[in-house]
Amino acid sequence: MSLKEFSDIANKEYEYGFKTDIKTELIEKGLNEDIVRKISAKNNEPDFILEFRLKAYKHWLTMEEPDWALLDYPEIDYQALHYYAAPEKPKEKLKSMDDVDPELKRTFEKLGIPLNEQKKLANVAVDAIFDSVSVATTYKEKLMKHGVIFCPFSEAVEKYPELIKKYMGSVVPHTDNYFAALNSAVFTEGSFVYIPKDTICPMELSTYFRINAEQTGQFERTLIICEENSYVSYLEGCTAPKFDTNQLHAAIVELVALDNAEIKYSTVQNWYAGDPKTGKGGIYNFVTKRGKCLGKKSKISWTQIETGSAITWKYPSCMLIGDDSIGEFFSVALTNHHQQADTGTKMVHIGKNTKSTIVSKGISVGKSVNTYRGKVQMNKSAKESENFTQCDSMLIGDECSANTFPYIDVRNASSNLGHEAATVKVSEEQLFYCQQRGISLEDALTTIVNGFCADVFKELPTEFAVEATQLLSLKLENTVG
Amino acid sequence: MFEIKDLKASIEEKDILNGLSLTIKPGEIHAIMGPNGSGKSTLAKVISGHPDFEDPEGDIKLDGKDILDLEPDERANEGVFLAFQYPVDIPGVNNSEFLRMAYNAKQKYQNQPEIDPFDFESLIKEKLTVLNMKEAFLSRPVNHGFSGGEKKRNEILQMLMLDPRVVILDETDSGLDIDSLKQVSDAINHFKSENKMILIITHYQRLLNHIVPDTVHIMADGKITKSGDKSLALTLEDQGYDAFKDNQS
Repeated sequence: MSLKEFSDIANKEYEYGFKTDIKTELIEKGLNEDIVRKISAKNNEPDFILEFRLKAYKHWLTMEEPDWALLDYPEIDYQALHYYAAPEKPKEKLKSMDDVDPELKRTFEKLGIPLNEQKKLANVAVDAIFDSVSVATTYKEKLMKHGVIFCPFSEAVEKYPELIKKYMGSVVPHTDNYFAALNSAVFTEGSFVYIPKDTICPMELSTYFRINAEQTGQFERTLIICEENSYVSYLEGCTAPKFDTNQLHAAIVELVALDNAEIKYSTVQNWYAGDPKTGKGGIYNFVTKRGKCLGKKSKISWTQIETGSAITWKYPSCMLIGDDSIGEFFSVALTNHHQQADTGTKMVHIGKNTKSTIVSKGISVGKSVNTYRGKVQMNKSAKESENFTQCDSMLIGDECSANTFPYIDVRNASSNLGHEAATVKVSEEQLFYCQQRGISLEDALTTIVNGFCADVFKELPTEFAVEATQLLSLKLENTVG
Repeated sequence: MFEIKDLKASIEEKDILNGLSLTIKPGEIHAIMGPNGSGKSTLAKVISGHPDFEDPEGDIKLDGKDILDLEPDERANEGVFLAFQYPVDIPGVNNSEFLRMAYNAKQKYQNQPEIDPFDFESLIKEKLTVLNMKEAFLSRPVNHGFSGGEKKRNEILQMLMLDPRVVILDETDSGLDIDSLKQVSDAINHFKSENKMILIITHYQRLLNHIVPDTVHIMADGKITKSGDKSLALTLEDQGYDAFKDNQS
C-alpha cells in the first residue's frame, strides 16, 4: 500500500444523496419575463420586489457568463431549468411545527436537523429551506424576545418591507455579476436576520439548504443586518440528492455591520459533488457573498468549509468602509474525484486603519482542480491599513492540481501587506510515521489533513468544528490504498 | 523472541539486505554497528514495513508469528516500535492528541476499550517525568519546530507510552548533547525489562556506555559479519571498521 496507488479512488457513497418523495409544485421550465412574474406572484410579493426582479432580469439579458475562472464545464442551458419548486402545501398557513409535512420533517431529521420542538438542536436556531421554500424556523419566539428577527426572506418582505427596501441589493447590486443578476431576477426564499442595537444574539443562527427537485435551480438570498454594538454568529449547511443531471445553485448573501457590530458567518458546504467515477451530475455552485463593514470598528468574518459541489465559484468578500473595521476569511476547500473549485476572497480597504486576514487551505485529491483566487485592494483613503494573507495548498496523489492567483492592488504608501504561500504534498514519510505508531493509513491521512486545516477549524463555532472534522474524514475515506 | 531469518531486501533493483539473520531473546539488548551504507537503516525500515521496500524475502517473527506480510500499522500494534533517525513533522497535529490516537489504535487492535482521558493524562505525566520533559511539550504540534534533541526525546516518550515489545533505536544518539544523551539512555534503561527486546543501531560506542548491550553485531554489505559481546564495540572503536572487513565469522 502506498501513495503511488492513490489513483485507486473508491466510491464512498454520498450520505445525503437520497431524494424525498413528495408532491412538488413546479413552475414550468425556462426563463422569461413571464416566469419572473409568476415567481413573484407565488410569493404574493409587493410591487417593489417585482420591479427589482424585472430590472435585474433585463440587466441579466445584457450580460455574459463569466469565463475567467479556472473551471471547465459544459454550457448551462438556462431555459432547461425550473426556477421554482416547492413541496405542495395546504392552503392555510402553518401555525406550528406540528403542521409541517411529516415527510419533510423526516428528511431534515435524516440530515441531522431535527425540527420538532423536543428534539431541536440546543442553542442553535434553524431555518430549514427545502427547494424554493422555507419549511420551518425554530426558536423564533425566543429570539423575538431579544428583538432578534430570524425568519424566511419572504416573511421579511411581508413584515419588514422598510428594512428590505433599505438593504436588499445594497451590498451586492443586481448589476454586480452574471449570477447575481440571475439571482436577483428569480430568487426564492433565503433567510433574513436583523440584530438590533446593543444586542448579542443569544444563540447561533443557522440555515439549512436542501435542494430536492431535479433539474431545478436554487436561488436563495440571505440578508443579515447587525446594528450598532451587536453580534451574531450564523451558519449555513447544504446538501442535495444524487442526480445524473446538474443542479444550479446561485445564491446571494449580503451582510451589513454597523458601528462596533460583528458578524461571524460560517459555511459547511456539502452539496452533491457528482459521480466519483464519471463526474456526472452534481451541483454547480455560483455564489456571491459579500459583507459591508459600514460602521467604525465593525467586523465581518467568513469561515467556509467547502467539500461538495461539482463546480464551486465563490468569493466571500469584505468591503471595509468604516474606519478601524476588520475583515476575515478562513477557508478550507477540499476537492476530490472530478470536482473543480475556484474560490477565494476579496478584501477592499476603504476606511482608515482597516485590517484584513486571509487564511486559505486548499486540498486536492483524485483528479480534481483546486484554485485559490483572491484580491486585496487598498484604496488611497485606506491609510495605515493592514492585510495578512496565507494560502496553502496540499496535494494528495499525482493527478490533481492546485493553483493560486493572488491579486494585490495598493494605492497608498502607509499600508502593510504580508503574503505567505506554501504547497505541500502529503509525504509517504508522514504517513509511514503515523502508521509506525499504529495508526491506520486512512486515519493517518485524515490526521495530517486535519492538522493542515487546524488554523481554519479553530474559527468554526464549536458545535460545527467537530462536524467539519468528521465531514473531512468522510470525504477522504478510501483515497489511499 | 524476535527472529530475523535470511532477510533480503532491495530498492530500485539494488540489493541492500543480503540474507541477514538475527535473534533477540526477551530481556536482551543488541547493538548493530556498521559503516555508512552498510544497510543499518534499511534494516530498521524493512522490519517496520516501510513501503519503499517491496516484497522483502525471508522471515521476521515475533513470538513465532510472522509479521513480514503485515501492514506497518499492524506490525506496530503487534508491538514493534521504531524510534526514527529523522522523526517526521506533522504540522497542526497536537502531540498529546497524536499520542492518544496511537495509544487507542493499539487498544482497538487488542479489542480493548479506549483509554479514559483522565487515565491517559496521568499516564503521560508519569512518562514525562521519566524523561524530565515539560508538560508544555504536549500541546505543541508533532515534531514541528522541535530541536533535534527534542525530536529524539519525543520518540522515546512515544515508546514509553506505547510500551512495545520490540524496540529499534535508529541512531537515537545522533544530534543529542551529553545531558540529553544521558536522559534518553536513562529512560531506555528504565524501560528495559525481562520481556522487552531492544535493537540499537548506532555509529558510535558512546551510547553503549550508557545502555549496555548483551550482544554487538557488525554489519557490512547488508549482513552481519561479526557478533560478539560488548567488548566488540570497544575493539571496533579502537581499530575501525576496516579491521572487520574481510573477517567474516
